[in-house]
Amino acid sequence: MISPTRRALLLAGLMLAVLLSGCGQAEPRVLRLATTTSTQDSGLLEAILPDFESTHNARVDVVAVGSGQAIELGQNGDADVLLVHSRSKEDAFVADGYGLARSDVMYNDFVLVGPPDDPAGIAGSSTAAEALARIAQAQSPFASRGDESGTHTKEKALWQAAGIDPDLSAGWYSSLGQGMGETLQFANEQRAYTLSDRATYLAQRDNLPNLVILVGGNSINENPDPALLNPYGVIPVNPERHEGIQAGLAQEFVDWLTSVQTQETIAASGVDRFGQPLFYPDSEPYRAAHP
Amino acid sequence: MTAPTYELSSVARDYDGRRVLEVAGLSILEGETLAILGPNGAGKSTLLRLLNFLEPPSAGQIAYRGHPVRIPPPLALRREITTVFQHPVMLHRSVWDNVTYGLRLRRTQPAGVHTQLLRQLDLEKLARAPADRLSGGEAQRVALARALAVQPKVLLLDEPSANLDPYSMGLVEGMIQSLRAERRTTQVVVTHNVFQARRLADRVAMLLRGRIIEVAEADRFFEQPSDPRSAAFLRGELVF
Amino acid sequence: MLSGAWPFEAALLLGSGSGELWPVIALTFEVTGMALVISALLGIPVGALIALARFPGRRWAVALIYTGMGLPPVVVGLAVYLLLSRSGPLGDLGWLFTPAAMVVAQTVIAVPLVVGLTMTSIESLDPQLRLQVRALGADRSQEIRALLAESRQGVVAAMVAGFGSIISEVGAAMLVGGNIQGQTRILSTAIVLETRQGEFGLALALGGILLSLTFLVNALLMRLQNRTPWWPGR
Repeated sequence: MISPTRRALLLAGLMLAVLLSGCGQAEPRVLRLATTTSTQDSGLLEAILPDFESTHNARVDVVAVGSGQAIELGQNGDADVLLVHSRSKEDAFVADGYGLARSDVMYNDFVLVGPPDDPAGIAGSSTAAEALARIAQAQSPFASRGDESGTHTKEKALWQAAGIDPDLSAGWYSSLGQGMGETLQFANEQRAYTLSDRATYLAQRDNLPNLVILVGGNSINENPDPALLNPYGVIPVNPERHEGIQAGLAQEFVDWLTSVQTQETIAASGVDRFGQPLFYPDSEPYRAAHP
Repeated sequence: MTAPTYELSSVARDYDGRRVLEVAGLSILEGETLAILGPNGAGKSTLLRLLNFLEPPSAGQIAYRGHPVRIPPPLALRREITTVFQHPVMLHRSVWDNVTYGLRLRRTQPAGVHTQLLRQLDLEKLARAPADRLSGGEAQRVALARALAVQPKVLLLDEPSANLDPYSMGLVEGMIQSLRAERRTTQVVVTHNVFQARRLADRVAMLLRGRIIEVAEADRFFEQPSDPRSAAFLRGELVF
Repeated sequence: MLSGAWPFEAALLLGSGSGELWPVIALTFEVTGMALVISALLGIPVGALIALARFPGRRWAVALIYTGMGLPPVVVGLAVYLLLSRSGPLGDLGWLFTPAAMVVAQTVIAVPLVVGLTMTSIESLDPQLRLQVRALGADRSQEIRALLAESRQGVVAAMVAGFGSIISEVGAAMLVGGNIQGQTRILSTAIVLETRQGEFGLALALGGILLSLTFLVNALLMRLQNRTPWWPGR
């Protein structure tokens, strides 16, 4: 009988060998992409990344966190490129020298969802701010992501536009500190209103029987409020700030993402499932090709 | 003339500032069986712990087989001495594994002599039994077999058959007797049982309140003790 | 949707050879297994040492270990992230968002448990045992090994506790691993992902698999305890 100590050492050695065996193959280059949970959960990245990986001999490690955390990762140099939707934070990121430049990628829109019986009567509002004002007045339950994500940032801007500072202690406003999926589920359970990007809502609609779109219409064309526009930007991280940033590969990624071909793939995303695209291409090259 | 196995000079042991043992001088001869006799609390067990070098003396010096022992003692020296405690602790293994434990420590293989030990102490049937489920008598016999398996030069026994069933006590004492007859192992038996001391010992050291008050040949001691306190103890008085 | 049929979904998942599931299971084992082995190699001797040795500041060491046993795992994750971040002191290692970082975090979480429980199980041994073992001629390391062998049940329990603390830990694993598909996704973080995306059935199935694996490993660990068989006639 092998002594327990020796057994453990053998096991450790085996595991080390297995873990290390992953190294040393014909190395694809690794690009670390920090993005938001909404881009991951919508299934977009799963759909388009394989094309980049195969044509550029790369592997994209996707770290999906809230926009706030993604930007933090970029500042710490733990990601090579960011794909987020928080315009003010993105601009600050570049202005402070953490990112090289911001490029338009795509946009979709936000919608206000809530219980079908609409206790605060927001259906038909022409702006989201107006709807929020009604919710505040009726003190109907509202769920906020509360996580410094792009969605949360937009939500805060809308409250500000409505001139309202929602009071946590009043009880109708809940700040969850969680992702879009969890927030939608919370709203579904609690019959609350919430702000969601259309893509995530559409992707999870089947699991959310108690929520419907109340402000925003059935597609972006029907969305009455331009403030609900949700643009995404891609930013390569500044290699001069930290060692080991894959600057070359990051730029290849940006070029690929904004290329007309990829943009057209994005335009087709979700159409067969939802009858409308989840994201609308908006890069400069694309706009130039489709004036 | 071989050097005595032990030579104690001005040895003392203190606990918490209190002197519990003081031995001006004591020789323990090679191959003899010495009984350390005395009432409970006299310091007998303390003396034993000095003899197996598990504790250093607070004062004085102990010479082992002619050479003073430095502190801490070398491992080889410690390994020549084994001890059977009053309440032996069994390892959570079989009887056989317990008996051969000392051999494994010394990286020695068990041999025929060790199986014979089991037979002499009637442990053959129990060889595979888990040692932590034994009766008091069985455990004591295992402890003795364990101590003897390594063929020590010195065997120390602390109250070897207090609270034992008569059968076990018979086997244990029988073993001590046969070792005494061979004269190859020095034995020190700590006991408060006068009759046992009489049965087993060549010489007797009488210990009272931390001091040796008398050392004598067993026959003479039990017939005619020099110290009146020894006499009192032998009469069954002086329990303290 | 929530369904009571999760065992079937789980079986289907495994059977369909879903390309995603087996790597996740394998990685879970590798990361937690490695962390457990390192915790044992580090923690058991240290626990034994603290139990047996007397040194100045020992009480502080014990207090530290007890505190470590109650460390919130996500705080450990944050600390490890700050250490391994490129803007942190050990950024050059490049371990962040790789399984190595997860092993580090899980080891930090498990070690105090292994140390603390090993320590207490040796402390609760018969004090006479140590004397006995030495009287039979054990040197220092033999003495420690004997004590460890005698407290085997407690030491294995320490391993079980360490294992339990990390196999389903998710906060630190997310922070330092990033839940990257194919690279650092383990069962616990995969469950969080599926839950977040509303796939409760799938999440439950994964949870069931995680539980089964945990049960299996614990059963194996119990064998190490070498429980004394009941001797006939006694």
